[in-house]
Parts: sequence; C-alpha cells; structure tokens
Amino acid sequence: MFDALQAFLSTFLFDWLAILITLVIQTVVVVLPIMLVVAWLTYAERKVIGFMQVRMGPNRVGPLGLLQPIADALKLMTKEVIFPDQANKYLFIIAPILALAPAVAAWAVIPFGDGMVVADVNAGLLYILAVTSIIVYGTIVAGWASNSKYAFLGALRGSAQKISYEIAMGFALVTVLMIAGSMNLTDIVNGQQGGMLNWYLLPLLPMFFVYFISGLAETNRTPFDVIEGEAEIVAGFHVDYSGMTFGVFMLAEYAMMILISFMTAIMFLGGWLSPFEGIPVLESLFSWVPQLGWLAFKVSLLLFVFLWLRATFPRYRYDQLMRLGWKVLIPLTILWVFVVGAMKYFSFGPWFN
Amino acid sequence: MTFELFIFYLLATIASVSGLMMITIKDPVKAALWLVLAFIATAGVWITAQAEFLGLVLILVYVGAVMVLFLFVVMMLDINLSIMKEGFTKYLPIGGMVIVLIAAMMYLVLGPNNFGLEVTGNPVIHPADYSNTKAIGLELYTVHAYAFILAAVLLLLGIVAAITLVLRRRPTGEVRHQSIDKQVKTQASERFEMVKMKSESEEPIKPKEEEDK
Repeated sequence: MFDALQAFLSTFLFDWLAILITLVIQTVVVVLPIMLVVAWLTYAERKVIGFMQVRMGPNRVGPLGLLQPIADALKLMTKEVIFPDQANKYLFIIAPILALAPAVAAWAVIPFGDGMVVADVNAGLLYILAVTSIIVYGTIVAGWASNSKYAFLGALRGSAQKISYEIAMGFALVTVLMIAGSMNLTDIVNGQQGGMLNWYLLPLLPMFFVYFISGLAETNRTPFDVIEGEAEIVAGFHVDYSGMTFGVFMLAEYAMMILISFMTAIMFLGGWLSPFEGIPVLESLFSWVPQLGWLAFKVSLLLFVFLWLRATFPRYRYDQLMRLGWKVLIPLTILWVFVVGAMKYFSFGPWFN
Repeated sequence: MTFELFIFYLLATIASVSGLMMITIKDPVKAALWLVLAFIATAGVWITAQAEFLGLVLILVYVGAVMVLFLFVVMMLDINLSIMKEGFTKYLPIGGMVIVLIAAMMYLVLGPNNFGLEVTGNPVIHPADYSNTKAIGLELYTVHAYAFILAAVLLLLGIVAAITLVLRRRPTGEVRHQSIDKQVKTQASERFEMVKMKSESEEPIKPKEEEDK
C-alpha cells in the first residue's frame, strides 16, 4: 500500500524519512480502524449476550447505548493505576504492552483485499504464528510481576494452555500451507477462487474446527478462560491491574479475537472472495459487494460465534481442557496432515489443480 | 545511512545490550526475559539478512516455546542469591582462563582470516519474490534427507529417554483414574434423581386465647 505516496515523498525528503513517514501512515490506517472495531465489539458482546439472556444490555449512553464504549474508555483512562506492594514496577508496566504489541503487530501481513496489505511478505503464515506466540509473555510477566498467588496461578495455567493449543494451531496451519502451496496470505485467498465449493473449508473441515477452537483457547475466551477463572482465582493474571493497564489487556484480548476471525476467514472461508462465484444469477446479483464487504461479513459472522459461545458454554475444567488439546486436537491434526498429503497425491477435487 | 542499515544497527545494538544484561543481571527471571529480547533482536537481524524463515522459526521455537518453559521453571525456583554469589573470587581465575580460551577459539574461527567481504564475497541479493522457505525445504528434503531423518530420530530418542527416566509406575489401585469419556457422556438423568414424596406441612400454632377458654 501507498507506494505512490512513498515515491512522491522521496522526491523532496531523505529516503529513510520518506519510508518512515509511509510506515507510520500505514500503521495508523490499519491500527486505528481495528481499535475502533475493538471498542464496539465490546458493545456488541454486551448487547448479544444481553439479548441471549433476555436482558437489554447497555442502553443508557447515547442512542441504543451506542456511546457506551467511549464512556468505558474514559472511565478506564481516568482511574488510578495501582502498583501492588513489592511488585516489580517495570515488568508490571511492560506486561500489558507485551500482550498488546504482538496482537497489533500481526496485522502487518493481513490482507484486507487483493493487494490491500501493509507487507505482502511470502512467509505471512509463519509470521502470524511467530508473532502471536509472543503474546503469552504478557500473561506470564503480568502474573509474575504482580507478586500475587492468584495472578501467578493464572499465569501458569494460561501459559501452559496457550503453548498446548499453539501446537494444534500450527498443525492446522500446516494443512492450509500444504493445500495452498504458499505461505503468502494473498496467494492462499487467490487459491480459493471459484465459489464456495473451492474454499478450503470442505477439504479441511476438521482443521477449520480445530483452528477455531484453538483460537478460542489462545484468546482465553469461554469455555477456555481458566486463566481468569473468577470462581477460583479471582481474576487470574490481571487481578492486580487497574485503570488503563487493565484496559490494555482487554484491548489485546479483543484485538486477538478479531485477528483469529480474520485468519479463519482468509484461510478457510475464501477471504474477500464472493461465495457465489460461478453461480449464474447470484453472482451478478451480488457483484456490487466490495471485497472488503465480503471479508467484513465473514469476520463478523465468526466474531458472533465467539460471543455466542461465551453465552452458551460453561468453563472447562483444567484437566478436560488439557485432554482436549493434547489427546483430541493434536492427534486429529497429525492425521489430517496425512489425509491432505494423500489428497494432494491423487489430485483430489478442485483444490489441488 | 540507508534505512536498512539503520534497522540493522538498531537490532544489533538491542541484541548486544540484552545479551550483556542477560549474563550480568542477578535475578534469573529477568535474565530469561533479557534472553528473550536478545532472541527477538537476533531474529530481526536474520530477517534483514534475507533469512526470513530462520528468523521466524527462531521466534516461534525459542521465544514462543522453549523460553516459556524456561521461565516456567525459573519462576517457581526459590533461589537464594547470596549463596549463589559465594566463592566468586575463588572461581575467578578459572573463569578468566575459560573466557580467554573461548575468546581465542572464537577468534580462530570468526577472525578476519575467515570473514570479511574478501573471503565470502558480496552477499547475494535476492528479488522480492524469492522464497527462503522453499529454498531451505528443497535442500533439506532432497540433498540432506538422511541427515534430516537422523536428527528427527535423535530428537525422538531424547523424548523417549526423558520420559523413561521420570516414568514411575505405581501399582494399580494406588492411583485413581477418571474416565473422561464417561464424564463427557454423562446425562442429566444419571446425575439427578427426582424423588416423589408427599408434601409436608407444619401444624398451625393455635392462638393463645383459645387455650385460655
């Protein structure tokens, strides 16, 4: 994006300054909308869960309560940040940043449309996997720096859970990589052209569920939120955080949710491609929908599932959670790697041409 | 100074400083975190050298998995730092000799005789669509296939050895297992039994005045 702007700037500025300015503009263009989506995702969550539980949800601030996220943000910003006694001050402050920074950095390689990507790197999938694996440090450092038993227990649980589910997630990505033959996210989407049947959803159906479930565990959403576990360890790793430091943890969690939804849509649901490609009447009927529109539609559907699951399922017990990760999901993904290998060998279906 | 050079010097400085901090700082948890920063900066340096696969795998494997487990262990240790610092002067001469020895060996390998543009030639600059991952994969699975399989078997052997070392079989009956399958398949009817019984009601207390009469 913005190659023309960079070329224009470098005509009268230093080269490195032109690159720096373009980078900053790109970052703002990508990160600002995501932060706004995060804000109103919290509103959507409260509304959706409210309606599922036959309540109204937030409805006081602004029309239909639409300004509630702004009120929440203002409240969090004006609250005092309390440092616990004996806590390690530097690490205590760094922990929320460690949680948020990778969740934002991962957006560098996410394509929003054909060519609408900040960095079109050819190892995009690996980059996402590597960057999101750093997020676990936010949890660990927060738990350790708070100097509290509850926070420490939450951090131990959380890091063990995240590492376990990262393996299943990595294997699910391997199957996508095998079928697409590329780690570039734009190439992966372009490999799914030709209507709903050509999406990777069908040959990788079990991997779709494995990836989404692992995504739930990675983002610590119910039913995998043992890391917070209000009933047992108060609020887990962020029990000692208040004000905006707590708010940053929330930002990171919701930014990760949106990231996982984007990745699922891009890898399994054809990204920005229309589902009606190649179907005579429907294709022309929906030709007015922009690429970003389809992607946003798929992502909102997946985000709704995140909220829906939270309203539906109780929390997993810790041993059940570990069993699901190690004894169900990981063997299934390893099996599916071989199944995809066989499919590739026999050039099965429209996916391996 | 080009932008790439600036990025390289920035990452190299971070890597060197965090490496130094890692060996000088006393708290083991902080040392581990500095090591993590050193890994990330090194991965950045590798990526600027067009080895993006290695850089990303370094982050994924070492930062995302190995160092987390390390931190896990280190965080739960209760180390008395004053005991660790004892005997520093006693071991200083031996330590110094080891340092000199290692530095000399490193100089022999990494010294100006073996490195520099005259020896290695200018680095090859690949076009933007060059896939480092594909190049490594082709080499690894064709030319070095046997070495690759051997390394994999060695790692498997390591896992099996570690598990056998700590495996402690206990007689059946001493260990209680739970059948997760049974727990998952449980129905409401097995957990909750409705019992039919007559409703009980308390006898109303008679008003006082009636007793008086």
